[in-house]
Amino acid sequence: MAFKQITSPHAHAAQNTAQVMRLVLWATVPGLAALTIQFGWGSLINVVLAVVTAVICEAAIIKLRKRPVAFYLRDYSAVVTAVLLGLALPPLAPWWVVVVGSMFSIVIAKQLYGGLGYNPFNPAMVGYVVLLISFPIQMTTWISPLSLLPDGVSHPGIIESVNIVFAGYSPADGVTGATPLDSFKHSSGLVVDQIYQNNPLFSQAMFAGVGWEWVNLGFLAGGIVLLATRIFTWHGPLAMLGAIALMSVIFWDGGSSESPGSALMHLFSGASMMGAFFILTDPVSSAVSNRGRLIYGALIGVLVYIIRAWGNYPDAVAFAVLLANFAAPFIDNYTLPRTYGHTDRRRATEKEEDA
Amino acid sequence: MIKTWVTPGGVHPPENKHQSMTLPIGDLPIPERLLVPLSQHIGAPAVACVKVGEKVLKGQKIADATGPVSVPMHAPTSGSISAIEDRPIAHSSGMLAPCIEITSDGKDTWIDHQGIADFEHSSPQMLIKIIADAGIAGMGGAGFPSAIKLNPGHQRPIDTLIINATECEPYITADDSAIRERAAEIIEGIGILSHILGNPNNILLGIEDNKPEAIAALEPHVADTGISVVSFPTKYPSGGEKQLIYILTGNELASGSLPADAGIVCINIGTTYAIKRAVVNGEPLISRVTTMTGNACGINRNYETLIGTPVSHMLAHSNFNEAACSRLVMGGPMMGFSLTSADVPVVKTTNCILAPSYSEIPDDEPAQPCIRCGMCAEACPASLLPQQLFWYSQAQDHDRLEAHNLFDCIECGACSYVCPSNIPLVQHYRHSKGEILKARDEKVKSDHARERFEFHQQRMEQAERDKEAKRAARREAAEKAKANSATSTGAGSAADIIAAAQARATAKQVNPEQQRAKFERSIAGAEMRVTMAIEKLAEAASNQTDEQTNILNAAVESAKQKLEQAQVRLADHLEKHKELDSEQVK
Amino acid sequence: MIESIAQQPMLAALIALVGLGIIFGALLGYAAEKFKVEGDPIVEQIDELLPQTQCGQCGFPGCKPYAESIASGDAINKCPPGGQSTINAIASLLDVPAPELDAEHGEEADLKTVAFIREDECIGCTKCIQACPVDAILGAAKLMHTVIADECTGCDLCVEPCPVDCIDMLPIEHGLKQWHWPAPLKTADLIASDRVHQGDEGRAA
Repeated sequence: MAFKQITSPHAHAAQNTAQVMRLVLWATVPGLAALTIQFGWGSLINVVLAVVTAVICEAAIIKLRKRPVAFYLRDYSAVVTAVLLGLALPPLAPWWVVVVGSMFSIVIAKQLYGGLGYNPFNPAMVGYVVLLISFPIQMTTWISPLSLLPDGVSHPGIIESVNIVFAGYSPADGVTGATPLDSFKHSSGLVVDQIYQNNPLFSQAMFAGVGWEWVNLGFLAGGIVLLATRIFTWHGPLAMLGAIALMSVIFWDGGSSESPGSALMHLFSGASMMGAFFILTDPVSSAVSNRGRLIYGALIGVLVYIIRAWGNYPDAVAFAVLLANFAAPFIDNYTLPRTYGHTDRRRATEKEEDA
Repeated sequence: MIKTWVTPGGVHPPENKHQSMTLPIGDLPIPERLLVPLSQHIGAPAVACVKVGEKVLKGQKIADATGPVSVPMHAPTSGSISAIEDRPIAHSSGMLAPCIEITSDGKDTWIDHQGIADFEHSSPQMLIKIIADAGIAGMGGAGFPSAIKLNPGHQRPIDTLIINATECEPYITADDSAIRERAAEIIEGIGILSHILGNPNNILLGIEDNKPEAIAALEPHVADTGISVVSFPTKYPSGGEKQLIYILTGNELASGSLPADAGIVCINIGTTYAIKRAVVNGEPLISRVTTMTGNACGINRNYETLIGTPVSHMLAHSNFNEAACSRLVMGGPMMGFSLTSADVPVVKTTNCILAPSYSEIPDDEPAQPCIRCGMCAEACPASLLPQQLFWYSQAQDHDRLEAHNLFDCIECGACSYVCPSNIPLVQHYRHSKGEILKARDEKVKSDHARERFEFHQQRMEQAERDKEAKRAARREAAEKAKANSATSTGAGSAADIIAAAQARATAKQVNPEQQRAKFERSIAGAEMRVTMAIEKLAEAASNQTDEQTNILNAAVESAKQKLEQAQVRLADHLEKHKELDSEQVK
Repeated sequence: MIESIAQQPMLAALIALVGLGIIFGALLGYAAEKFKVEGDPIVEQIDELLPQTQCGQCGFPGCKPYAESIASGDAINKCPPGGQSTINAIASLLDVPAPELDAEHGEEADLKTVAFIREDECIGCTKCIQACPVDAILGAAKLMHTVIADECTGCDLCVEPCPVDCIDMLPIEHGLKQWHWPAPLKTADLIASDRVHQGDEGRAA
């Protein structure tokens, strides 16, 4: 026994950061599975490619910063970032798109800001937005969901997928197609009912959009697991989904040709669920207090809806999250919790408390 | 069922209380040497009132309280005082502090003592004095002198007496076992407190629901006493004073205020037992129940431990396996502090000695970066944002730390407990609190220094101005005199001139005498200095270093020179005046 | 008339710009009057941050003169007793980047010190009393002097003038009362030191 000066508490709960991160990774499995079933092997290849790139970049930068490499790699944070980026990218995107995005996420958005815990912006979303702006064609080419493939055409097999990704083969005709949010946006002049009847993306769907509703359900399931294990609190995700739902109800416009779409479509299309449970819950770049996270989540929800409805992009989670990242310190300033023994909450920059 | 309130946050660490509850409270053999620190409480340290070598009896006072916030110390056993010196004490710093060491004579002979059988007929003041003289300080952890808590003169009357039997820290069972075995005496102690406080409306005994045996032991004794035993769900840290008050009354203590400001007195249950012993049996506080636990000890149980018993003595009688022990903790695993020596003594606030094995409490992992996951904020019982406090602690941003209410942190350790990144948050907060207090202290000092500097400057300027004014006045006087003489030469009579000349002559005649006296005085002074310097040199020559001898030599030389100069000046002066005198004679 | 101006783009631009200038000038002037802040003059604020040792290591006779000099543009890194924390505080007050301490003026001391006069060696020359900027030395001519430790700022100024070198600068003693927890080790240090530990002593588990 060594007589060491150790501060209390001496007991510690068993959970550590690596376990938290691993749990988050497990929670992405339903979403990844849904993506793979609905859109083929592309997402899985994305994820693997992004993870390999991210881990190599992370190790290299930590080495450059003269920190213990193994110690920092063991926290799995680079893997989580890479998996989230991989899930967000369109399946069967060229390999260099994934590599560039993953590198940018880790090197620029994370490590250059000081590494884990210091990045002001969500690294996966920074990578995604860089790709979206730099390579719009590759980033907007989506695969058609399984049930909408033309007769006789199926998703490319794993070998073919690898060839498409790495060797630049082009997928068979009819394999690519628009996303529900995209087609809805470009169906101007039609009232909502017409779109729902004419477009197989909606007419064959259960409640939102073919394929995408399953993907969103998958992420919702993973998110609920994380909520149940108290990896994060309900405030952020619920506020975001609530804000999207509220905005869609307010601007539903009776389903006219100007209507931006129903609440169900917005909640279960695009990256809504993934954003709510896996992106905005990134604690590093979000607001810190529960009240702050309510505002932060609601802000993202509102921004997502605004960009989807009236902006140039069909989906907007990445932009909304990055904009809200900017606002997080500002939100923090005004949302300190009321401490025991104080009558009012204080401001983070307050010098002296009012009596 | 009495209504209770639920505090925010909190954690549920494994309780580990059963290990030490298998055996009843035991006794340890009297250690050969006991070490009584003079400061075991909050407030001024006591001052020893015995001398080394003196014989003392058990219960004899060996140190007096100093000042209003202080308690006396008593000999835990009979024997002789073998040392009064600085020794390692139970403190996180591992520093030394004054202690009285008693070598036991093994007889354990009590000093004459007598209690009061019917305290109900004694005045509260007298009972408070007995409690103060018995050296009783809060035995739950902080060690605040109990007599002060009970003292009347609070701004508002006390309407609620809270007895803290929560014992929310894992492993510790000192209060639990004391309640099970001594419920009647504890209730009597509460009766004394109630009497002192003028029978407050509410007497609430707060206890967590993980101690059903203790609750059952209390029930038969509380009937008709007005005491309500309130049990509430187990959660750490319900036993914090602020937390317990909220749980039992729904009131929050305003930040920085005392329970008495809200009409509440909160006393640890172990203290009530000590108060009963002091009042009814006349025994000062010289022993307490201390839990000896942890897997590195073969025997886990509670001991009635004499204050001053070295921890090593307790370990030696508990089958301690040093190789298996990861660290020694005084107190519980959440708020206790690690010991840097096994020789430190048990004091009035020591409720537990924890000797965990490596598997129970492993060595700390290196801290990983904070990911601001917010688990700490969920666990914080004071609704702080520990992650932000950590962030600003690293930056030593004192303004932000205070804006985030750092000083409302009770250092319960719930945040560090849940932190997935193993960050020693509490140490960061303790460090920052210390730094802020130091900075405040320095601010006071520097403001004071500024004031003194400004005063100094003012004084210097004033002196300069005065000098200047004097000079100006003299100049003016001289000019006036000149002008006067000019006018008088112009218009004055010869008689005036003669008178003036005579006056000048008399003035001059006075001056030489005075001057001579002055020179003589200075010669006398110089002579004295020379003799003194020589004496000093002689004295020093034997035992000083060369350097100092040189300095003194130089001093002698310069004194001699000054003497010579003075003599020369006097000689000159005399010479001059001879001439003058002779001139005048002519 | 408006039409004729509108047809002359040069004239229109000129008038518009002048007009805007007048309007904004008036607005600014009004705002300056209306929202005038009677704050602490900057000198006072800087002086607040300086350690008030009055040691003169900055080259000014006291903290206030240095504060005045900083306010008129002098470097903020000339105060060794205040050290880096004072530089940082002034930098954040003035909203400028915080430079390192200028080594030319001395180094930041690890320990705070106070002057102590070895009293049996004091010859009573009063030179130290005259040097002390905060009147912290008691004594009279030919009588022994002593330092009031609580008032001493540790400025060193009395050491130089003493003809018999009987003044020592002693570190202020730290007891239990002053002790507080040190900051935890940085992880990088911790890992490195763990390696050393395991190397030379191992663990008896």
